[in-house]
Parts: sequence; structure tokens; C-alpha cells
Amino acid sequence: VQLTARRVDEQAARAQLRTQIARLEAQLGALPHRPIYAAARSGGPHVLTLGELERVRDSLAARVSDARSASHAVGERQAAARELLERMLREPRRHKFVRVKARDLGEPGCGAWHVRPRLGLIGMLAGWWQVKLSSGCPLAC
Amino acid sequence: VAAVSEPVLEEGWIEDELAREFPDLRLAWVTVAAGPRRTPPELRDRLGMLADRFHGARALSIRREAVPAAYRVFFRHIGLDPDVHRTPIEAAAVARLLRGGFVSGSALEDALVLALMETGVPVWALDAGRVDGPLGLRVARSGERLGDGDDLPAGRIVVADRAGPLAVLFGATAADRLPGRDTERLALFAVGAPGVPALHFEEALHCCAGALEA
Repeated sequence: VQLTARRVDEQAARAQLRTQIARLEAQLGALPHRPIYAAARSGGPHVLTLGELERVRDSLAARVSDARSASHAVGERQAAARELLERMLREPRRHKFVRVKARDLGEPGCGAWHVRPRLGLIGMLAGWWQVKLSSGCPLAC
Repeated sequence: VAAVSEPVLEEGWIEDELAREFPDLRLAWVTVAAGPRRTPPELRDRLGMLADRFHGARALSIRREAVPAAYRVFFRHIGLDPDVHRTPIEAAAVARLLRGGFVSGSALEDALVLALMETGVPVWALDAGRVDGPLGLRVARSGERLGDGDDLPAGRIVVADRAGPLAVLFGATAADRLPGRDTERLALFAVGAPGVPALHFEEALHCCAGALEA
């Protein structure tokens, strides 16, 4: 009876770990920035023991944590770039020749906001600065 | 108008140990009369249209779709890392991006890819004349071999018939059971990971069988 009870307990524990793994996998899939890991040797398909399931769960939890950190860092860089762009638009004269790429803002494409003088040399001498948005990717891309 | 008859889908058995651990795990198969032949134009066109609709953005996000996600989770549950050992649909997506299309030239290979890309459920083929009895899933026993090949480690999850293991789950198939030049009937089987809707699972087999019989 004890043996059966223990088997049932272990089975329930394995089922719980599988639920946790499924939840972590869903979280990992939803994160935009997933760090790349060195390929680990993968065994063949088998019914995992409690210990193996725990290792899978812990490894996935570490990956989710790394992916969240990476997403957070990227988010901070993008926020800083957006603030810089706002300052450029507000006061172009204080940001001469500063360039912010669309990719730095998390936007697709190859466009870039660039502070340039209006009418070239005349604008430089007169202090007429403006923010210009360049068009998309060059054909070579 | 010709009558359309759908092939009969047969439910496979799941060994008790596996059924206890994975209550929703399924295996089913259909038998179709189809020998080796080149991809017919209709199938080639269908795959061409499928490839045109399949872009890099979808390849990147495919792991978030319900059916591919269910296979990723199941891979983790059985000790396969889907980032190392790609799930079938992710492997097909990468192949599509690398080769620029899906068409291989063999009707069977192309029908398997069609079913996979249409439903997200992988389908495999065996020579039905070399299959002994109903198909099922079980764990390999000590000393068992995959066809004439190497010994299988005990505990490996395999697709088996009465005679023994036919294929490792999501892995190699016994070379002597694969369809060959003298194949007249094919046994097409699919393994449904827990969480895969029955509709997708069954449609994969019907889609593959339909493409081969067309």
C-alpha cells in the first residue's frame, strides 16, 4: 500500500512539474528577446524522473529570467533613445548632427532621425537646425 | 460527381506507463494505397502557394502558435530540448527559409510536409506491408533493436507494432520499415502531443492521405 501511495505521490509531483514547465515554456515564447544558449547534448525521448523534470524546470526558469533581463535592458535602451529623440525635436540646436536610428527605438526599418542644418553651410552659420527623418533601407540591403 | 471517401482513421494503443504520465497523448494512423511517385502538379502548386504565404516573420513566431507550442512543451516533458532538437514544424520552417520552398520532388515527402505545414501536426510514413498489427507507443525494453540497427536504450519512447519498435518518437525510423520502391500501401501515422486539438490531429492524417490519393 505504501509503495502504491508513494508511486501516486511521485506521479502527482511529476504532473505538477510538467505544468510548471509548460507555463515557463509559454513565458519564454512570449518574451521578445531570448538569449542564445550553447547547444547541450540532448538525450532521446523518455519518461523523465522527478529529478530530471526538476532540472528541466530549473533550466527553463533560468532562461526565462535571462530573457526578462535582456528584454528589460533593451527596453531601457529604447526608452533612452526615445528621450533623446524628444530632446532633439525640442532643441535641435543643442544636438547638432546627432542621429537616432529607428532600430534604436525598437521600430522596424532602416530609417534614422538626424539633426542637420537647414540649407547646408548657410544653416550651419545661421544656426538653423532641424531634425530630418531619412527614408528606408538602401536598395543594397 | 465522384464520391469522396475519407480513409479510416485507426486509434493506436498507448502503453499504461505512458498513458499514466501523458493522459492526452495520442497516436493514430491511416492506411492508403500509394506507391513511390513524383510530386503531381496539384500538390506542387499547393506547396508553392503555402511557401509563398510562409515568411520569416511567421517562422520566428511559429513557436507561439497553439499546436507548435504544444509540441515544444511535450518535447521538454520527454527530455528533448526543442532549441537543440527542433520540433518537426520548426525544422520545416527553417528548411523553407534556407531552401526557399517546400517541394522536394517525391510525392510522399511533399504530402508529409503539406500536412505538417497546414496543421502543425507531424505525420510519418511506414511501408504498411511491413507493419505487423496495430501501431502504438511504448517504452523500449532492454536489448530491443530498431529494425536491424543498433540496440535501443531501455526506456526510450518508441512507436511499435506487435513485432517490435518501428521508430523512435520524433527520431529515426527502422530502415527496413520505411517505404521503398516496392511499397504498395502506406501506413501514415501521427503522434498528438497533449494539448493538440483533435481537429488538427485528425486533419493532418486526412490531409496527407488526401494529397497522396489525389
